[in-house]
Amino acid sequence: MLEKALVGSKKYWAWLMFLGALALVGAYYYYQQFMYGLGLTGLHRDVTWGLYIGQFTFLVGVAASAVMLVIPHYLHDFKTFGKIVILGEFLAISAVVMCILFIMVDMGQPMRVVNIFLHPTLTAMVFWDTVVLNGYLFINLLVGWVTLGSDRKGIAPPKWIKPFIYLSIPWAISIHTVTAFLYAGIPGRHFWLSAIMAARFLASAFAGGPALLIILALIVRKISKFDAGKEAIQAVGRIVAYAMFANVFFLGLEFFTAFYSGIPGHAQSFLYLYTGLEGHSELVPLMWTSTVFAAISLTMLWIPAIRRNEGTLVLACIMLFISLWIDKGFGLIIGGFVPNPFEEVHAYWPTMPETMITVGVWAIGFLVLSLLYKIAITVREETAGIEIEH
Amino acid sequence: MKIYDGGKIFLGLLVFVALATFPFTYNMVMGKGTKAPEPKTDTPAIQEWEKVNGKKECVESKDFMRKEHMQLLNNWRESVVRDYNRGYISTTSHKRFNMSLQNGCMTCHSNKKKFCDECHTYMSVKPYCWDCHIQPEEKEEAKS
Amino acid sequence: MSMDRRSFLKIAGISSILGFGASVASATHTIWQKGLEPPQVDKNKEALIAKRWAMVVDMSKFKTDEDVKQVITACHQTHNVPDFRNADGSVNKKDEIKWIWQASYERAFPGQDNKYMSEHMKEMPFFVLCNHCDNPPCVRVCPTKATFKLPDGITMQDEHRCIGCRFCMAACPYGSRSFNWRDPRGTNPNGEPFIKNENKEYPMRTKGVVEKCTFCTERLSVGKLPACVEAAPKGGLLFGDMEDPNSEVRKIVTNQYTIRRKSDLGTGPAIYYIVGGSDHA
Repeated sequence: MLEKALVGSKKYWAWLMFLGALALVGAYYYYQQFMYGLGLTGLHRDVTWGLYIGQFTFLVGVAASAVMLVIPHYLHDFKTFGKIVILGEFLAISAVVMCILFIMVDMGQPMRVVNIFLHPTLTAMVFWDTVVLNGYLFINLLVGWVTLGSDRKGIAPPKWIKPFIYLSIPWAISIHTVTAFLYAGIPGRHFWLSAIMAARFLASAFAGGPALLIILALIVRKISKFDAGKEAIQAVGRIVAYAMFANVFFLGLEFFTAFYSGIPGHAQSFLYLYTGLEGHSELVPLMWTSTVFAAISLTMLWIPAIRRNEGTLVLACIMLFISLWIDKGFGLIIGGFVPNPFEEVHAYWPTMPETMITVGVWAIGFLVLSLLYKIAITVREETAGIEIEH
Repeated sequence: MKIYDGGKIFLGLLVFVALATFPFTYNMVMGKGTKAPEPKTDTPAIQEWEKVNGKKECVESKDFMRKEHMQLLNNWRESVVRDYNRGYISTTSHKRFNMSLQNGCMTCHSNKKKFCDECHTYMSVKPYCWDCHIQPEEKEEAKS
Repeated sequence: MSMDRRSFLKIAGISSILGFGASVASATHTIWQKGLEPPQVDKNKEALIAKRWAMVVDMSKFKTDEDVKQVITACHQTHNVPDFRNADGSVNKKDEIKWIWQASYERAFPGQDNKYMSEHMKEMPFFVLCNHCDNPPCVRVCPTKATFKLPDGITMQDEHRCIGCRFCMAACPYGSRSFNWRDPRGTNPNGEPFIKNENKEYPMRTKGVVEKCTFCTERLSVGKLPACVEAAPKGGLLFGDMEDPNSEVRKIVTNQYTIRRKSDLGTGPAIYYIVGGSDHA
């Protein structure tokens, strides 16, 4: 089926070339970073994780969101999701690829990454994250490929794939829980030291990922004959609405604990992010944008008339995605580091090379996504009209 | 048996073989890489040792070192950093040596260019020890 | 025997994966090889041994700025810690690496000051460094065990194994760790090397690894006290075995009032600070 990715219109190839060019730019800046050191980024002694790890955290959520399609379709026989599931699985694959790339560009000694496997440390969440992420990539590749291959032949997938499909469900939950555990168990960082971290992560994952999926499914419908189905998109929209409500609610809970308890350690990071602290307010405009977008998109999603109109639904999803990207891909990470253990404020802002490398990794992710989607679309177009049995 | 496009195939094969063996033929023509490496063990410190002990001896025998010095150094660093042990009893001479690259090996083999680099350059090996460890000052070989 | 192309490719693929995997696995046997063990290796006879190394800091013994500076210089010079100071002499907050430095009382012990405390008291300098905790979060989170506990209580750093993920830096509640954001072997815009006086007996580090105080394991192994302890005025920094009832550090901690940084986090730090005692008040 791979050959289907190599046949396409001029626009398809132009799109791939564009992404390839961005990826090359990213690679060039990564080479600079590799030679000079991570000092080329805006990171420093007090803020040791920034854009790269933020993107990683956000994308693990996007990857996990495929489970929101798998559970209804495979576990509860929700046939409406029959066509859209493959889009979710392929999105998960490209998201995990981006996660792995973001980790690799963030490492100080990337050549030594094998040490994680040579000297496994069972207490280290990074070790478990590596294991579950790679496992998830493998599962999604396997499941996506086999089910799509069977659809192409117009038959039901082989029975042995079912255990892998069922495995992907708790596995998806686990990848994001483990990622949350990276933060939630650190004793010195009160902004992160909250039991609700994992729940927040999952809620924002199940809102952000499917939101992106809606956008992608509508794009796919526009540029090809693959229609995931109006009902499927509406169902995903409802999932996004509920998950976003949970996410905003959980954030509100965090605010309550931080400010009602009055413990300065808990509140200071929130103050830095939303009002500025000690003269530093770099992140304030971003965080408020995130809040406003979250409020607007949530309202839009909760009004049925707006949600049913696919035009306004897409707008809501775009705002939601941006809001969550800012909150999880940036604010969450920086907030944990500022103020530092000495209660000093040393701000962080990404540099140009850092940003270009990030853009490059996103380009590679979208490249993988485009190639996989091209295969899925072609198969669906070829088999249009044949009943799919899952 | 007729080979279709035989001329093009054999020409292509010839080009491929030429390209693939280019690294070897180039070196042969240029006269590089044909001389075996000769690491020098004539530093003042080694000559001093020879005076005191009657012969040149390293931590282990020359054969052992040639084959295993990489593994030995890896074992040494695990031992020093992680197990907190610094003394090493040689299996050949049963003498006790301080397990250290900078303060052990390099006190005798202070001529990195004529010793370590001789073989490493020949084999195109770039050990990353020197990213962190400090190279000794090259001492001139004493004229004996 | 005829087979179709698909089966051939499947068999060829699986064979090469197995063959490649087998060769990789056999090559890695050297890694799983047992390391050196006693009696082939041993500790130096003159090495200082303890069950639990700890340090007591008595800031009242540090009378001048010079007293403080020479402690920091002793440590940083012994261990080839680079100085990334800016051209105008100001601290380069971006690249800086420090193993031991001073912080004011309100910064070193956040939350333990009060609004009626004098500015003088709040600004009182205290040495801060790695606390070599009993229950260190950094060791817990390190994915490669590049940072680990030695049997004598020291939290050690293995620069050979560190992959530079900086999780330990995020996990440390005290901000004790530094990262090499660039190669320490460079020169500043004035042409001066970052490491001015190389200590040829100790390695440097390279870019991409984390470093911190190691309680001078290399000096303890040859019977010397840590560099900072030696450089401090008498009684300023006391170093000893907390499990030895006769050691100075144990006697002080048992009989005097000492505080530790963020002791409610359960990390069990081993740096004890004498406050409000003897000549000071």
